[in-house]
Amino acid sequence: MRSKFMALAVAGITAAATAGTALAADEQYVPMLVYKSGAYAPNGIPIAHGWEDYLKMINARDGGVNGVQLTWAECDTAYNNDRGVECYERLKQPTAAGVQPLSTGITYALIERATADQIPIFSSGYGRTSAAYGPVFPYVFSAPLTYWSGADVMIQYIADQEGGSLEGKKIALVYHDSAYGKEPIATLERLAEEEGFSLHLLPVAHPGLEQKATWLQIGRQIRPDWTLMWGWGVMNSTAIKEAAAVGYPMDRFIGIWWSGAEPDVLPAGAQASGYKSLGFHAPGSDYKALQDVLKYVYDGDEGAARLRGWGDVLYNRGIFSMAMQVEAIRTAQGIHGEKTLTGAQVRDGWEALDLNDAKLASLGFEGFTKPVRITCEDHEGGGQAFVQQWDGNQWSIISDWYNPRRDALKEAYKADALAYAAEKGITPRDCS
Amino acid sequence: MLYREAGQFKTSYGADQAIFPILQDKLGMIVILALAVVVVPLMASTYMLNSILIPFLVFSMAAIGLNLLTGYCGQLSLGTGGFMACGAFFAYKLTTAFPELHIVLVFLLSGLGTAMVGILFGIPSLRIKGFYLAVATLAAQFFLVWMFNKFDWWTNYSASGVISAPPREVLPGAFITGTEAEPVTKYYFLLGFVAVLALIAKNLVRSRIGRAWMAIRDMDIAAEIIGIRPLWTKLSAFAISSFYIGIAGALWAFVYTGSVEALAFEINRSFQVLFMIIIGGLGSILGSFLGAAFIVLLPILLNAGMLAIDPTISSALVSHIEFMIFGALIVFFLIVEPHGLARLWALAKEKLRLWPFPY
Repeated sequence: MRSKFMALAVAGITAAATAGTALAADEQYVPMLVYKSGAYAPNGIPIAHGWEDYLKMINARDGGVNGVQLTWAECDTAYNNDRGVECYERLKQPTAAGVQPLSTGITYALIERATADQIPIFSSGYGRTSAAYGPVFPYVFSAPLTYWSGADVMIQYIADQEGGSLEGKKIALVYHDSAYGKEPIATLERLAEEEGFSLHLLPVAHPGLEQKATWLQIGRQIRPDWTLMWGWGVMNSTAIKEAAAVGYPMDRFIGIWWSGAEPDVLPAGAQASGYKSLGFHAPGSDYKALQDVLKYVYDGDEGAARLRGWGDVLYNRGIFSMAMQVEAIRTAQGIHGEKTLTGAQVRDGWEALDLNDAKLASLGFEGFTKPVRITCEDHEGGGQAFVQQWDGNQWSIISDWYNPRRDALKEAYKADALAYAAEKGITPRDCS
Repeated sequence: MLYREAGQFKTSYGADQAIFPILQDKLGMIVILALAVVVVPLMASTYMLNSILIPFLVFSMAAIGLNLLTGYCGQLSLGTGGFMACGAFFAYKLTTAFPELHIVLVFLLSGLGTAMVGILFGIPSLRIKGFYLAVATLAAQFFLVWMFNKFDWWTNYSASGVISAPPREVLPGAFITGTEAEPVTKYYFLLGFVAVLALIAKNLVRSRIGRAWMAIRDMDIAAEIIGIRPLWTKLSAFAISSFYIGIAGALWAFVYTGSVEALAFEINRSFQVLFMIIIGGLGSILGSFLGAAFIVLLPILLNAGMLAIDPTISSALVSHIEFMIFGALIVFFLIVEPHGLARLWALAKEKLRLWPFPY
């Protein structure tokens, strides 16, 4: 029985591997690495829905990108690096427009593979920070912001709240003890030295359900003026509950943009009111692009759309990151004048991507986010972030848009990227 | 009918002690190796090589390592993930510090380093046994992963604690790590490496040292009385097992994923390898391969198979069905044959010898 089943499954795999290559002329394929199972599923599902709905909307409203229909295939990584690599290998094709790994760990695992396969990686607001330095990482794009920019914006915001000076203040960082959570440490350490605050690092082991000791330390011993969080999945809601349990003031607790969505605060109930997080795009549904999704994908059925997360923070993130991916394809079509593009051609589109205010407005994202312009050297694109606060019912934006102090950051990207290049024996491209 | 050893006479001790005393087994092994060397690289797609065969070979190595310790010597260990991490990080430090060192030498040296660590954490096995030893090796697991996570010297001060394999070639022009490495090269390298080390393991367990391990496993007091030194026997099992596991960890980081963080070697990895040898068969080299195939390949086959049958099915549903079927199959195989897949294969051979006239 087993051998028969195995034979069937092997036949299935070969069929799956060959099925995708027989693309019709006017299609562009977008592989999607999602996670709808495992400990991080509550956060992965709305993003995956956002991606899928945006592609459906473009196909229904515009008949595709300049007439080229978008097709896609999903593979469930469960936020697991090994499975992520397997999924990537399963879905990759020469005509893959690009891949969004949706996990910093998977991004790290894929950077070299995707570069060798000439498939762009779009790690929007996550992944390897120094990959924003284009000359060393031609196939990785991290628009609109990196973790280091996020850390910088947080410190700017805190400085504003403290009246300009952070001298002698205590700031704690509660982070997921993985590649993801460790990313901001270098920048925060640099800023601690420059601005004179003390930094306390508190790692939380995957998946983050056990944080009692961490928060007792924060509540009883360290008593930081501000607490920052780099968490994901159940770690976020657990942290908020534990913070409330030790009586830590919620309005002095700021999460990164991956720690500021509905699944993070709703499980904590009323205790979560006042919790803050960064964001690089607006929550809510009063934007033309989202209204178009409602109209073309759900036939105006708002109940059905809400069930899929429509208008929630992470759903909107999925919409926004897929919109950038689609615009990169559109730009690349303009450059190469072909219908179905290869990954290498889409990459050229990424490097010419210019989402200015007018362009954003025409896409239905007026006021949704700030302009992004990617160049050969700058794969981050100069995005901006704001602070949002949960009031018990919804997220609302409570600060101006902050521009990260990029001069210092870009130096740091470059230094880290060049160290990587030296280790790997890569000669950086010339971008001038 | 075909599988019958009638007429095969052994006229020397050598023939009697061969790994495959029966001609059919010998031929079967040659056919499998020929398939693996000639046919598989021709037939297999990049996906098949990169995501199925390469991790299968790496895990086979780890399973052989743990099988030597747990299956042959009877020392239950939950430190496999930690020892794999040792191998990976040792290899990374070695090859970045001495780039001119040949990569095979790097792997072997990192295996030796892991063997030292294994001996260190094996010392408690002289006093504690069974489940208590499992808890003691759990300490190794947590301590080692914590250490690689905590001290960024191990990652050459990488901001995120991720190590990534620099390009290295096994023969001039034949890269097995880095972006230029072809999947076929990696596959051949792994196949050769794993085959040689598996052969050594097979011979080890048939030799004096292997018999000493099994004596300790079956009854340590009796073994001690007939003159087997528990100290030396148990620690040698820990050392050799860790050597294999360490190399598997280095191969995992260098040849399979190419970049790895300490989190990849957390406790789940230890369970994964332990389940491999339990399902494959404790005390069997063949079982290590079968178990690795079961644990690594089956989830992927289930997942891809379901999507191939009906591509419109949602990927979330597929993942959940995969968990259910996989779990059910583990229970099924353990009920049908608690001694593992290797035992199933042995039973099948017995049946084949009598076929078609069973008695």
